Amino acid sequence: MTQYSAWDWGVGSKTVADLSACDCDIEWREESLASPDGEQVAAVVKTGDAEFGVCVNGECWEPRYERVWYLKYSPDGRLTALANDQGDWTLCVNGEQWEEGYGFLWNTMFSKDGSVIACCVADSMTYGMVVDGVAWENLYANANNFILSPDGRKSAAVVQTVPLGQAEIFKFKEGVYSVAVDGEAWDVNFVNAWTPIFNTDTSLVAAQIRVNLFDYTIAVNGKPWAEIFNQVWEPRFHPKTNAVVAPVRVSGRWGMARDGKLIWQPTFFQVWQQQFNPSGDQLAAIVCPEYGRWTLAVDGKPWNTTFGDMVMDMTYSPDGRRLAALGKQDGKWTVFADDRPWSGQYDMCYAPVFSPDSAHVAARVEKQGRFTIVVNGKEYGTTFDQCFDPTFSPDSSKVLIRGIAGGKYQRIVEPVTQIIG
Amino acid sequence: MKERVWIQDEGIDRGAEKLTPERIEKTINAVLGNEAGARLKAYVETCAHCGLCAEACHFYMSRDKDPRFSPVGKVKQTIWEMLDKKGKVSVEFMKQAVQVAQTECNLCRRCVQYCPFGIDIAYMMSLVRRIAHKLEITPLYIQDTAHSHSATMNQMWVKDDEWIDALHWQEDEIREELPAARIPLDKEGAEIMYSVIGPEPKFRTQLIYQAAAIMNETGCDWTMPATPGWDNSDMAMYTGDSEMMGRLKRMHFDTAARLRVKKIVMGECGHAFRSVYDTGNRVLGWRMPPVPVIHALEFYWDLLNSGKLKVAKKFEEPVTFHDPCNVVRGRGLHEKAREVVRAFCTNLVEMYPNKEHNYCCAAGGGVINCGPPFKNARVEGNRIKAEQLRATGVKVCIAPCHNCHGGLEDIIHKYKLDIELKFLGEIIYDCMEKPNAV
Repeated sequence: MTQYSAWDWGVGSKTVADLSACDCDIEWREESLASPDGEQVAAVVKTGDAEFGVCVNGECWEPRYERVWYLKYSPDGRLTALANDQGDWTLCVNGEQWEEGYGFLWNTMFSKDGSVIACCVADSMTYGMVVDGVAWENLYANANNFILSPDGRKSAAVVQTVPLGQAEIFKFKEGVYSVAVDGEAWDVNFVNAWTPIFNTDTSLVAAQIRVNLFDYTIAVNGKPWAEIFNQVWEPRFHPKTNAVVAPVRVSGRWGMARDGKLIWQPTFFQVWQQQFNPSGDQLAAIVCPEYGRWTLAVDGKPWNTTFGDMVMDMTYSPDGRRLAALGKQDGKWTVFADDRPWSGQYDMCYAPVFSPDSAHVAARVEKQGRFTIVVNGKEYGTTFDQCFDPTFSPDSSKVLIRGIAGGKYQRIVEPVTQIIG
Repeated sequence: MKERVWIQDEGIDRGAEKLTPERIEKTINAVLGNEAGARLKAYVETCAHCGLCAEACHFYMSRDKDPRFSPVGKVKQTIWEMLDKKGKVSVEFMKQAVQVAQTECNLCRRCVQYCPFGIDIAYMMSLVRRIAHKLEITPLYIQDTAHSHSATMNQMWVKDDEWIDALHWQEDEIREELPAARIPLDKEGAEIMYSVIGPEPKFRTQLIYQAAAIMNETGCDWTMPATPGWDNSDMAMYTGDSEMMGRLKRMHFDTAARLRVKKIVMGECGHAFRSVYDTGNRVLGWRMPPVPVIHALEFYWDLLNSGKLKVAKKFEEPVTFHDPCNVVRGRGLHEKAREVVRAFCTNLVEMYPNKEHNYCCAAGGGVINCGPPFKNARVEGNRIKAEQLRATGVKVCIAPCHNCHGGLEDIIHKYKLDIELKFLGEIIYDCMEKPNAV
């Protein structure tokens, strides 16, 4: 795949592939997946008795496997799949498998630019990560909460460092879990650890920890905050200062702490999924300011638009000045941006996408079994049996639409003005 | 009255070694003062000590109406004493209170229906469990299960790969019978996320097989997650660890939201339904589940009434139906369940009392999860259920709940009932039309 800026941004539409066509005999075709640039559509296909492959634009990969699953495009457009042959698992990248086979691989991850690909690995009852085909030197009795740093240079997971027998509840309370970075565990154990995350330059890792059965806090590179809380959620690093923020619960209400000190007073029924904007001068989160009502809060101040069912997929615009998220009320979804909901209501919405200039926001939506995209609240005129997330052109003037209708996969580039009028 | 038996449990006994009167007092007053509030006050001040709750309790009825096993008797042995003494109770008292609240009450809420004021005694027993959690004197086996939840986000220490492997295995198995069947993993945009409890991939994979057969043969658009969040169970709810309960439910709903499903359909489990539909969502700030949750009983009914699920043959042997507390008293699914049973079974023989008045299995509420030390006491505490089952005269009992299966299995064995237990899905799988089967 070419660079994003070099994708074909010429206005128009083309049928990329007829999904019924494949150069090998197939018994069935599984879910279709479009490449980020829209030039490919792929699916796992069953090609014979206990034999599976991947079909890309009508052409099947060789060789075939006993099982193929977890088809994913990396951000740089490489197509990956987990594959099993005679008991060994491997990762196939554009049809080429990693040299090493493993007992089990799952949960493929990518660096932000897609240049690094990682998986979780289980081999001989030990656990860790494989990055670009190379496993951690140290594997553990168990590992989970895996993460790859955005630049792909480091990987981390919560690991079990001490053997634990059946019903050894007192040993458990002494702490048998830690966080390993590139396979090297912190030199301290906790009762639990969850959701490790890297800072920008990957020199630091923060994680939620439980220090006994009821005291929670955040640890950074193994060092817990001095303050203890009734509950905490996922930590996030400031993009520039390396300060760590996390939702914390105090006396039954949720607030936000930075490096252990409260910065949002604990007045909320819930706070989670906080994000700094790109410059780090603003912090937003999904909050529940009134029991059963959900919205966003920016620097601790909740928006006025609230929803009763759920709010998710909070997304900052590239310039950090705008926020959008999905809200659900009475079973119907919509997008709300800048504290205002779109008028359309949908059976499902997908994560909002901002244009590079931050002027437009778009989302994939579903209504009565048909899919389309919506830009700034205006629906694209055509609907599809299935479509994928929209992507704006580098100059923000066009939008790439990828959809399937009548068994054919189409790639469409439309001027934004054509949609929003 | 028989002499009271206080059972040895390593979790309680070793935990109690570290207790001091000061810690007990502080903890009790903190929980009752900061977390219980007006609800507890209203209950305590409203109770007229009439004792009408007593005959609602299977423990009381099974133990020759020993008042110490009545709901009000359990309150008297726990919360009332803590309130009267303002938390100044002994270590020995606390050990006994844990046994009462954690192993002699199933939180089944049958007694709520017989209280003239609707006092929820299960809530008060849950408060005792909360205090026990804070004092670290929870029984060993259920504490171990809660630890599993915290470390793996499932009940049975199932590792991430083992879950996926179990589903792959079941998919391979089912293709022997239904060659084109799939268990679609992590399928974004499916209509249904099917979730189960930890023991299914560990010990009861046939239930996943049967559910997959039903999903495939009725044309459902469904998926199962390939990540933690697949387990809907929640023993933390029953150890008083409400923080962990919230963590588990957040993971479950986040997973459903990530997959963009329209609803969660869950297998035949009662306590998990309570956690997903009632307590776990609410502790997080949601009045109702953010993604609709449909219990298997309701799902079968929907499939049957939409014509997707068709009966190929009837189960001829007479059956009885056990109403699990959490989906009957907790959700009112008893009539829908019976409609499905009658559609697939020739002869449904009711046990009495039934429906929302049904006696509990004595396993629920985390009681069976307290493990072997308490097994005999639990089984003795449900003689009345055995009598109920025996009176039906049938050889097959449908119990659409995992804990109910465990509890009923034990009393069937103890009271020599010669009854076979089945999940409803098992009968549906056996008797439904399977047009794609070979």
